[in-house]
Amino acid sequence: MKILVPVKRVIDYNVKVRVKSDGTGVDLANVKMSMNPFDEIAVEEAVRLKEAGIASEVVAVSCGLAACQETLRTALAIGADRAILVETDAELQPLAVAKLMQALAAKESPQLVIFGKQAIDDDANQTGQMFAALMGWPQATFASKIAIADGCATVTREVDGGLETVELKLPAAITTDLRLNEPRYATLPNIMKAKKKPLDTLTPADLGVDVAPRLATLKVVEPPKRAGGAKVADVKELVAKLKNEAKVI
Amino acid sequence: MSVLVIAEHDNASLKAATLNTLAAAKKLGGEIHVLVAGSGCAAAAEAAARLDGVARVRVADAPIYADQLPESLAELVRQNAAGYSHILAPATTFGKNLLPRVAALLDVAQVSDIVAVESADTFVRPIYAGNALATVKSVDAVKVVTVRTTAFDAAGEGGAAAVEAIAAGADAGLSKLVGRELTKSARPELGAATVIVSGGRGLGSGENYRSVLEPLADKLGAALGASRAAVDAGFVPNDYQVGQTGKIVAPELYIAVGISGAIQHLAGMKDSKVIVAINKDPEAPIFQVADYGLVADLFQAVPELVSELG
Repeated sequence: MKILVPVKRVIDYNVKVRVKSDGTGVDLANVKMSMNPFDEIAVEEAVRLKEAGIASEVVAVSCGLAACQETLRTALAIGADRAILVETDAELQPLAVAKLMQALAAKESPQLVIFGKQAIDDDANQTGQMFAALMGWPQATFASKIAIADGCATVTREVDGGLETVELKLPAAITTDLRLNEPRYATLPNIMKAKKKPLDTLTPADLGVDVAPRLATLKVVEPPKRAGGAKVADVKELVAKLKNEAKVI
Repeated sequence: MSVLVIAEHDNASLKAATLNTLAAAKKLGGEIHVLVAGSGCAAAAEAAARLDGVARVRVADAPIYADQLPESLAELVRQNAAGYSHILAPATTFGKNLLPRVAALLDVAQVSDIVAVESADTFVRPIYAGNALATVKSVDAVKVVTVRTTAFDAAGEGGAAAVEAIAAGADAGLSKLVGRELTKSARPELGAATVIVSGGRGLGSGENYRSVLEPLADKLGAALGASRAAVDAGFVPNDYQVGQTGKIVAPELYIAVGISGAIQHLAGMKDSKVIVAINKDPEAPIFQVADYGLVADLFQAVPELVSELG
């Protein structure tokens, strides 16, 4: 069984995001970029399925700038076998990425595609579900446990009320939640090995996909700041303020 | 222009998130229809018909919708999408699971998690864990939108919409529900609570979480929440998590106990009206957003707070 894992290059989750003063977006110049944390969980899960003898090959995919090669090398260092970069300078929105993945799935015929549930930059939470719809495949979003057997994936999902378990007929798409696994640290020997693993580059045109954006971002601003920071001396003062000042109890 | 709101419900009643989504729909203008797809869902459909601002309720009542599986539901929405300029669902795990699938079937973008409606095609949504707000305009013929429930006040009752049955679609037959482990609680739902008591790593264990926070939540009639650290450590189940990737909440009063205040947690609660933080570390980032910060040992301060509240 082949598994495809799309990975996105995003601003590192520890970096404090700064909105550009001209309101056109967020400042990405000289900012540390990393693999989207949910995608790292997806790569780890795919590699574990390979280590368990369930998957035969793990192919990491990234769509975007040439710099996404670094993200793909990280996936290869975790244990993916090879990588595909769909290179473009164009702004890619979730529907476009889902279509690129659809075109790649037609070439690669995976039985499973594991996505991160959302990217921590646009927080869209769409691509996996859109891909599943385009393929006519079943989906399990927000996965905290995956078991593969007899042509089915049994997936435990984190939902608002608790947990839900669904069974999907393969091929299927799954999106990862935080508690699916803890990704390993890539070791130096594996980072070195990753440099030698195959990385193919394609373009959206090679795949025949129109990636034109459907949403125009008109402006990006900082959210209103909270006037927090006030302290109270003790519990008595806290209760008095909640009763008399905030009037919430 | 007309708007289709996808109801989130449990067949017997509507989930509160549906009322907030309806409120967002009312800001768009145009006639509003509500789709209730379920199994034995007449009561939920009747509840939708009583809501203020709803012109028509369309009901697909069939066993294949009993478990709300997205493959069959998305196909049903696609089949009934003709004529609508907007399709809305709450940005809950239900809506997030379903609506991108609908958008892709219609070959349109989705606008996720909107917090404001600027016009019929322009919306405001948080990005980067709420550290920026983007105003986006959709150029698609149909706007598919999920709604951040805390950003819109729930719609009220007072309507008397027509209820119309629509044909069920085919069973996609791709997936099935194996089971659900839903957290049972007599407390208010986290997403709709007016007071939330939330605990973090500082509590040290699940036992401490319960023994320290439950008396306070009981006293205030509050829902219980948690930081990611507390959920990852196994103190409480996943559905307690408040944050960028958990639940987004905005109660009247949010009491953060033993929570340091990672960006990802703040993203889920910083729109609360009043924030109280109790933490022994005076440098904890949670204090920067707190209206009332108390630097103290939570194991002493919280029981004292319970007794002060009488």
